[in-house]
Amino acid sequence: MTDFAMQTDAEGVATITWDAAGRSMNVLTLEAAAELNRLVDQALGDEAVKGIVITSGKPDFAAGMDLNVLAGLKQGGARAVFDGVMSLHHLLRKIERAGMDPKTLKGGKPIAAALPGTALGIGLELPLACHRIFAADNPKAKIGLPEIQVGIFPGAGGTTRLSRKLGAMMAAPLLLEGKLNDPQKARAAGVVDEVAEDPVAAAKAWVLQAKDADLVKPWDAKGWKMPGGAPYHPAGFMTFVGASAMVSGRTMGVYPAAKALLSAVYEGALVDFDTALKIEARWFTWVLMNPSSGAMIRSLFINKEALEKGANRPDVPDQKVRKLGILGAGMMGAGIAYVSANAGIEVVLIDSAQEAAERGKAYSTGLLDKGISRKKVTEAKKAEVLGRITATTDYAALEGCDLIVEAVFEDPGVKAEVTKKAEAVIPQDAIFATNTSTLPISDLARASTRPEQFIGIHFFSPVDKMLLVEIIKGRETGERAVAKALDFVRQIRKTPIVVNDARFFYANRCIIPYLNEGIRMVGEGVSPALIENAARMMGMPLGPLQLVDETSVDLAVKIAKATKAAMGDAYAGNDVDPVIFRLADEGRLGRKSKAGFYAYDEAGKRQGLWEGLGANWPRAEEQPDLTEVQQRLMFAQTLEAVRALEEGVLTDIREGDVGAILGWGFAPWTGGPFSWLDMMGAARAVGIAEALAARHGERFAPPKLLRDMAERGGSFYGEAASRAAA
Amino acid sequence: MTDAYIFDAARTPRGKGRRDGSLHEVTSLALSARLLNAMAERNGLEGHAVEDLIWGNVTQVMEQGGCLARSAVLMSDLDERIPGVSINRFCASGMEAVNLAANQVKAGAGEAYLAGGVEMMGRVAMGSDGAAIAVDPALAMKAYFVPQGISADLIATEYGFTREEADALAVESQRRAKLAWDEGRFDRSIVPVLDQNGLTILERDEHMRPDTTVESLAGLKPAFKEMGEVMPGFDKVALLKYPHLERVEHIHHAGNSSGIVDGAAAVLVGTKEWGEARGLTPRARIVATAKIGTDPTMMLTGPVPVTDRVLEAAGMGIRDIDLFEVNEAFASVVLRFMQAFQVDPSVVNVNGGAIAMGHPLGATGAILIGTLLDELERQDKETGLATLCVASGMGAATIIERV
Repeated sequence: MTDFAMQTDAEGVATITWDAAGRSMNVLTLEAAAELNRLVDQALGDEAVKGIVITSGKPDFAAGMDLNVLAGLKQGGARAVFDGVMSLHHLLRKIERAGMDPKTLKGGKPIAAALPGTALGIGLELPLACHRIFAADNPKAKIGLPEIQVGIFPGAGGTTRLSRKLGAMMAAPLLLEGKLNDPQKARAAGVVDEVAEDPVAAAKAWVLQAKDADLVKPWDAKGWKMPGGAPYHPAGFMTFVGASAMVSGRTMGVYPAAKALLSAVYEGALVDFDTALKIEARWFTWVLMNPSSGAMIRSLFINKEALEKGANRPDVPDQKVRKLGILGAGMMGAGIAYVSANAGIEVVLIDSAQEAAERGKAYSTGLLDKGISRKKVTEAKKAEVLGRITATTDYAALEGCDLIVEAVFEDPGVKAEVTKKAEAVIPQDAIFATNTSTLPISDLARASTRPEQFIGIHFFSPVDKMLLVEIIKGRETGERAVAKALDFVRQIRKTPIVVNDARFFYANRCIIPYLNEGIRMVGEGVSPALIENAARMMGMPLGPLQLVDETSVDLAVKIAKATKAAMGDAYAGNDVDPVIFRLADEGRLGRKSKAGFYAYDEAGKRQGLWEGLGANWPRAEEQPDLTEVQQRLMFAQTLEAVRALEEGVLTDIREGDVGAILGWGFAPWTGGPFSWLDMMGAARAVGIAEALAARHGERFAPPKLLRDMAERGGSFYGEAASRAAA
Repeated sequence: MTDAYIFDAARTPRGKGRRDGSLHEVTSLALSARLLNAMAERNGLEGHAVEDLIWGNVTQVMEQGGCLARSAVLMSDLDERIPGVSINRFCASGMEAVNLAANQVKAGAGEAYLAGGVEMMGRVAMGSDGAAIAVDPALAMKAYFVPQGISADLIATEYGFTREEADALAVESQRRAKLAWDEGRFDRSIVPVLDQNGLTILERDEHMRPDTTVESLAGLKPAFKEMGEVMPGFDKVALLKYPHLERVEHIHHAGNSSGIVDGAAAVLVGTKEWGEARGLTPRARIVATAKIGTDPTMMLTGPVPVTDRVLEAAGMGIRDIDLFEVNEAFASVVLRFMQAFQVDPSVVNVNGGAIAMGHPLGATGAILIGTLLDELERQDKETGLATLCVASGMGAATIIERV
């Protein structure tokens, strides 16, 4: 298997073309790196070769490192990771030095990178080691270093080279946020050197005329100074002092990769380039060996992709949606119409009044116009997308729809009525999905004459932003319906999880206890600031009280009442309800009423926690410590996830983890609730849960599944792996 | 173990620490040497009279670098056999110098020391020596580093001090400092700064603004709000350490924080026998010394635990202390001290403090001890306690007793 090929032309330019065998996108493996190393040696040693151009045989340059390789290196421990990373450094450093005399910096061979399209991760780190980077003028291409998003940081010299090329301040958004740019913006940011129509030709032309001085990187030249100032230069001082504060503030201190990245930049900036690479490799190794990065890579990259590619899809033929009918043009229906039309699906958007249907379609117009103002969408594209949406009151228009998504009021009667009306028109083999978030699928399926073709597809709001879609199987839901839902979700480029039918399904089932625990603590007189900060310091994007305000207090009241009615004596929310009921009674319904747990200004901007909280629920003399509050908030969610698995609502821990992060923002650094429990160890988790149960009630009692696992000394992912191997 | 006594204490007037400050033309070396010469002359320090010069100085780079203490000895008329050591415990450097001297004397390691410190903040900028705790992300994040102004505001938030209380304390500091100068209470300690021709450069603290009122301060914008709330957002770092707080209240500004000034101070410490042999009369005994580390984020609360510690070392209670000097680094530091020990404001910083007269970092600790001693003598009181908050979360304290 070869990933790299080299050809030398008559003028003496050796072109090394990256074209990974059997893949649509280049990703770097260890074998491929060894091949590249060999070719570089060969070209540098060949008198006939005057210069080298590195490019891709695919439309894009490369998507980065094969993250499975990193997972493999990790198995060998810190030494294997460090050595592996250092060998990449040696290769890239060899390219950068290109055979030049290390003293006189003369006699090297020019090496240029020519990027036809996207260049991410090592796909940019390799070009950064070259002497000049040419990118095709391809507005769809994405160029950048997104490693931080999966819990690591650019570890093949990208951190050191970019921070030295641009200065710590300018490199910060690219490294710390993983910001991606199109080629023009990448050139403006100084990441690539030139944008060319034909980057390979431009690179060849440059290589043939490049002088010795053109090959010397600024950091290898005498008297080099870090742009924007090194850490103890007066200007650099402020940058570095500020950087730590900003990273702490933004990450709430829970992401090891951001810290390690910053340390690599800081420590590297104080020494020569080669020493800096060694420092970068040590921090990269440290991050990779940190359980958080492994869990993040596993959930946010490997398993997310596996689920998107249909890891749990039944083996039935392609069920791609061609014509979609949406019943109900409210907020959810309108959002589903937009994402579907945007993905090329023909949409019939139905509501009881034409005006309402049109309003639903206008939602797409609004989003597309916003895209135009941001230069992300063209007028032609807007016309095309809107052209796919038919807004009507006429059920006859549903004829020929192969999938229906019902998104009317959460009222079984209304739902049953529209189900019948739609089924009267749609083809016999069409699949009918309900976007309910609270009603049991199996009950709603009773309105259908074809319950095996009836399924739940639960979108989160706002539909165009939220990445997760929950697919819920009713008792009688058949395999083709599941495949249909999965293929639909794949078409609209979201991530699916498939769960069984039970109250609140998976995501809402786990988030509700989190909200309740926060509310309950307010009732107990715990400092509301402590509740909110404790949650965010565990990596939750929003504290529970803010989240209640966002989703509205009256919704919480409604859910509480319905749950209590359904559960009777088993209801655990009796100490939660007085708090939200009182807020609701006072008209503090959350952000929408500009009053809730928080105070808001006239414009609806959140000001701070409502001062009246203290008067209504007096601050307890003795305040719990931070850990106690955090454990309550995290275990409330995590134990519920375990119960969902125990009860068979969840059937795959990968879905439990990916769904938690994408669905309700469960602390991404953990890799999800099951990864977090593994990190902690089942025995320790049981111990904490038992202690919490003793202090705060049975809702924290560890589920049997977890206790058994602790007894066996097992772990969720360990046991899943052995089951998969068996 | 023998006792350590203070025989003399002197200081220069404090000049504004900026280009138009009167001492801006004087080098750190020259200011140190001239003050040491005055001490030698006042006390007849000839030959190998003292064991060492312990010289506090925070920003030890450029002219203050290279062991300024040794350079100062060589520049002065002191005997070259007196070696010189520069030390840095940030704002308590001058106090630590005196305490180290006292403790070496007590332990029998030398009979007498010159101790004190200097800081020419207008010539060698604060922070120009770098600081890993602020710049190195590994420690900055581990220690939840925030600048001192944020820490001072955090103290106010945690312990409930208002802007009005802080401003009132600042106005009182100005009033007391003016009164002290007008009544000549600093006369014994002040060594005017003269040039090489004997011409006077500065003879009075020049940072004071005696016409300050609560109303005039009310117009000043909080100095640390922007860096706390916007760029780069230090408040969030502080709240990570103090998550029960929702926000940091920014109450400090230039008018209720210590002034940036140039200045030096020295204290002569020795055994009773050493003094007797030279005809010098001890003025006070150094009863106890202490230092402590505290949370680096709130950073400036050290005076409270270090006072507990020094009282314990002295076998005393807070009511045994007649007068206090608590460095006015920021108003909230002093407010917190008075709140914690429930001491009467009238016995704390009787003659004003660093808000009025300025805080030459390396020298202030020695200034406080000298000022405390002068005031104990003026009021004919017995026991005094001086303490300072210290950067990176530390505190230092000294108890003296007249003899």
